[in-house]
Amino acid sequence: MIKFEGVHKWFKKLHVLNGIDLHVKQGEVVVVCGPSGSGKSTLIRTINQLEPIEEGTLVVDGMDLRSKKTDLNKLRAEVGFVFQQFNLYPHLSVIDNITLAPIKIRKTSKKEAQEQAMELLERVGLAVKRDAYPTQLSGGQQQRVAIARALAMKPRIMLFDEPTSALDPEMIGEVLAVMQDLASTGMTMVCVTHEMGFAREVSDRVVFMDHGVILEEAQPEEFFRNPQHDRAKQFLKQLLSPMH
Amino acid sequence: MLKYTFDWSIVTSGKYFEWLVSGLKVTLELSVVGIVCAFILGLLIAVLKMSHYRPVRWIATAYLEFFRNTPLLVQIFFWYFGSYKVLPAAVNEWLNSTNFEFAAAAIALTIYTSAFIAEDIRSGILSIPKEQMEAARSAGFSYLRSMQYIILPQAVRITIPPLVNQFLNLAKNSSLAMSIGVMELTYQARQVESYTFKGFEAFTAATVVYLGLSVVITALMDLYNKKVLNPQRA
Repeated sequence: MIKFEGVHKWFKKLHVLNGIDLHVKQGEVVVVCGPSGSGKSTLIRTINQLEPIEEGTLVVDGMDLRSKKTDLNKLRAEVGFVFQQFNLYPHLSVIDNITLAPIKIRKTSKKEAQEQAMELLERVGLAVKRDAYPTQLSGGQQQRVAIARALAMKPRIMLFDEPTSALDPEMIGEVLAVMQDLASTGMTMVCVTHEMGFAREVSDRVVFMDHGVILEEAQPEEFFRNPQHDRAKQFLKQLLSPMH
Repeated sequence: MLKYTFDWSIVTSGKYFEWLVSGLKVTLELSVVGIVCAFILGLLIAVLKMSHYRPVRWIATAYLEFFRNTPLLVQIFFWYFGSYKVLPAAVNEWLNSTNFEFAAAAIALTIYTSAFIAEDIRSGILSIPKEQMEAARSAGFSYLRSMQYIILPQAVRITIPPLVNQFLNLAKNSSLAMSIGVMELTYQARQVESYTFKGFEAFTAATVVYLGLSVVITALMDLYNKKVLNPQRA
């Protein structure tokens, strides 16, 4: 579904992705973790070409992202993206946030798009907020709407870029529950997150990155019980007991 | 001592009143045409000025600097006295069959004001966080569609106060159209003065009408902002 082969990217002189090889299969849930500045956000942003790559091949859902023939808008319509800061459209109500892209891009009728949006809102537990505006919602609610908005396009892949990092602790659970529900439907998911509970229980594979390199790739049980790389050991230790 | 006798009746009834009313009609027409066209053109120039393609940006920048930095009166004269010398005969023929004075004034007002509007809208666009564009692009919208559905609606909301200023300027600047013989309000007030020597009354009437026009524009924009653009705050 997603295949990185020898992918490199630079920000000016900074080598942010240094030879990435990664293969995500259909229906797989992959968690990407690593210290800040490790390139994990950049990695996930290359999958829908919010960040172009300079070297290597990246094939997403059969589309070669470096080929001139690839229609990026078409690719992005198939790939849902959830941001750390939600990025809902503040001038639109919840329901309009969700139906805008299906109506304008998929050419779904307004009625049908609204019915689908209501189903999605039910699923994320926010049907009562259909006419609210983003500023009237809590962070957790905004993020759940953002997930519903991405799902409304019926994507084949969902990308999550630190979806709970901007949330108050008591709201993290509600967003993770929606993501867990989504994973159980067989959605292909790549999540950059520090939520190790989610990684352990929901993911099929954990990818650990540092300095633009994938240092370790393992089943979650194995990764948490017996990390191979020193950097991974250190990272997990700090994450589990930050005071030490 | 003051020897002047005021006669307000000339501007409140009769022939001269009708002249002023017909002048107001033309002023309104010029203002409405100008505001609508200048807004659309301004939007377009603002988007072009932010294009990824350098030549497009250059063209937009040249347009902005050229029309912002030359006097409106000169631009009106240019369209009226200058343009027809270089236009094809067929176009001129058509222009002469229409109200060419009005058209030249409307074009000049539109283009002149659109340059200012474009700059206001551009600063509105720049104030929208870049994440909004990322969210729109991620959903599969092209750059232009992202602008249309997500960025511009937000930018225009922020731009309303400076836009009101530009609309007011356009309405007031329409008085310069008298210089090429457009029979708008100022032209008619001048006519009334010539016929009656009642300059104080004639221009007081014109002043009051312009003031009223400005108040109406401001109130309409205010209403639009409250009822249409920000329903959640109503």
